[in-house]
Amino acid sequence: MRPFEYVRAETRDDAHRADGRIIAGGTNLLDLMKLQVETPERLLDVTRLDMHEIDEAENSVRIGALVTNSDLAAHPLIRKRYPVLSRALLAGASGQLRNKATTGGNLMQRTRCPYFYDTTQPCNKRAPGTGCQAIGGVNRILAILGTSDHCIATHPSDMAVGMRTLDARVEIETADGDTKLLPLDEFYRLPGDTPERETALEPGDLIVAVHLPDPPAGAQAYRKVRDRSSYAFALVSMGAVVSVENGKIASAAMAFGGLGPRPWRDHDAESVLEGETPSRALFDKAADVLLADAKGQGENDFKIPLTRRVVAAVLSDLTGVSQ
Amino acid sequence: MQITLSVNGESHALDIDPRTTLLDALRDHLDLTGSKKGCDHGQCGACTVHVNGRRINSCLALAVMHEGDEVTTIEGLGEPGNLSPLQAAFVRHDGFQCGYCTPGQIMSAKSMLEEFGNGWPSNVTDDLTAAPDFSDAEIKERMSGNLCRCSAYPGICRAIRDAAPDEGMHKTEAAE
Ligand SMILES: Cc1cc2nc3c(=O)[nH]c(=O)nc-3n(C[C@H](O)[C@H](O)[C@H](O)COP(=O)(O)OP(=O)(O)OC[C@H]3O[C@@H](n4cnc5c(N)ncnc54)[C@H](O)[C@@H]3O)c2cc1C
Ligand code: FES
Ligand code: FES
Repeated sequence: MRPFEYVRAETRDDAHRADGRIIAGGTNLLDLMKLQVETPERLLDVTRLDMHEIDEAENSVRIGALVTNSDLAAHPLIRKRYPVLSRALLAGASGQLRNKATTGGNLMQRTRCPYFYDTTQPCNKRAPGTGCQAIGGVNRILAILGTSDHCIATHPSDMAVGMRTLDARVEIETADGDTKLLPLDEFYRLPGDTPERETALEPGDLIVAVHLPDPPAGAQAYRKVRDRSSYAFALVSMGAVVSVENGKIASAAMAFGGLGPRPWRDHDAESVLEGETPSRALFDKAADVLLADAKGQGENDFKIPLTRRVVAAVLSDLTGVSQ
Repeated sequence: MQITLSVNGESHALDIDPRTTLLDALRDHLDLTGSKKGCDHGQCGACTVHVNGRRINSCLALAVMHEGDEVTTIEGLGEPGNLSPLQAAFVRHDGFQCGYCTPGQIMSAKSMLEEFGNGWPSNVTDDLTAAPDFSDAEIKERMSGNLCRCSAYPGICRAIRDAAPDEGMHKTEAAE
């Protein structure tokens, strides 16, 4: 690990220093610092700031950026009203890691692309301009949607997929003290030709909370497909909330992990479902729309048929269609 | 940097490089070598300790960030001649072969039982709002952050089951 200056932030202002890197649970940043993938010169330890609360407001829940993944998953309100989020969190990492991992840190965790992790390899995300070896290389776990010629990394978070399903918004405080509320598709950027810029955060910005609106009507589910049944990142995961009225799908929200550089949501695929009678054929039609622009990279081609099966399985469960 | 670390109820003054992980502070500066380094990247659980009563991977924690916290290591649970119920059960049930993962397994299990008692759900819990079942499937899922290269898993599972009542896990609570 490279040397760094350690600063314990006592106030929000201390955390807004543009010349420092925030550390919360440290479970991602320290891992990457040990490998010298990340080499911050100054760490801003924000863990003593007052951002540990889960507050219920009118029509929303506000989750402080320092709420741990385990506290969030176990919170009675989240279990009862936002089970897709509880389930997404519980499907991620391990008991030990969830005790340390924070809401803000989880959103900001970086890709698990093997080239990003290997400092002897080129990688446009880690070392802009050096090229992407994952294209045509080892890419089994990488993205099929939202990629560019410069980067095919996935965002690895389960939690963010649960939050995307629920239309969560990220509360950001800027160094000037202004507050922004960004939905996740504005919070996360697509790689384009600047894959090193992953989010809308500017230097000095601090994530202070995540807001969940009232949950949409309907049943919620999270399904994660991975190489072993626990303690592994998703190959494909899906969060969904579906309501059925009088035999027809009244509303549907679907978000996916393992497919793209951000938790992936496609409103056109959801519209295919709305107003229709649930059936396997309908689910396949929604998957067609979702995957219309999907691009396999060789090793990860399997994600396309796998996603179709995950869509069919989750929607069948939620609507009672037998597969 | 000068810091004070509270470990197993004792306060220690340390002069350390900010890069020192909690694991290295325990092992190299405090001679508490019970906590093991397997992967050093959060992937194996051998370094599991408790911070303020909760299990964490001490290899992915900076010692300087834990000033003021209460750290508990395997040495704090019990010692030869005075083993904690979980430690004794691991011996009784062959919960190890080489023993390298064992301190991490035991620290993890102790805190896992408490999480269970508090009604925390897991990835294999069917009903998120009901008290979870104390089944083998639940134990395995909740212990998945601790790998055992010798594959002593059956004994580990038996030991945890057996020690649970003596570790104070009599019942589980449902979410309100
Ligand atoms: C072995 C292993 C397995 C894992 N498996 C999974 C898995 O299956 N699913 C999954 O989703 N995750 C998994 N994870 C990742 C884990 O969820 C993340 O490491 C964790 O959520 C990061 O949170 P943290 O608080 O520790 O972040 P840190 O490591 O402290 O920070 C991560 C990043 O977030 C930034 N940051 C933190 N807080 C803020 C803030 N308030 N404002 C602005 N920026 C901030 C930091 O600057 C840093 O860049 C795994 C990790 C490991 C080590
Ligand atoms: S040494 Fe910490 S998890 Fe392996
Ligand atoms: S007993 Fe050898 S690694 Fe577990």
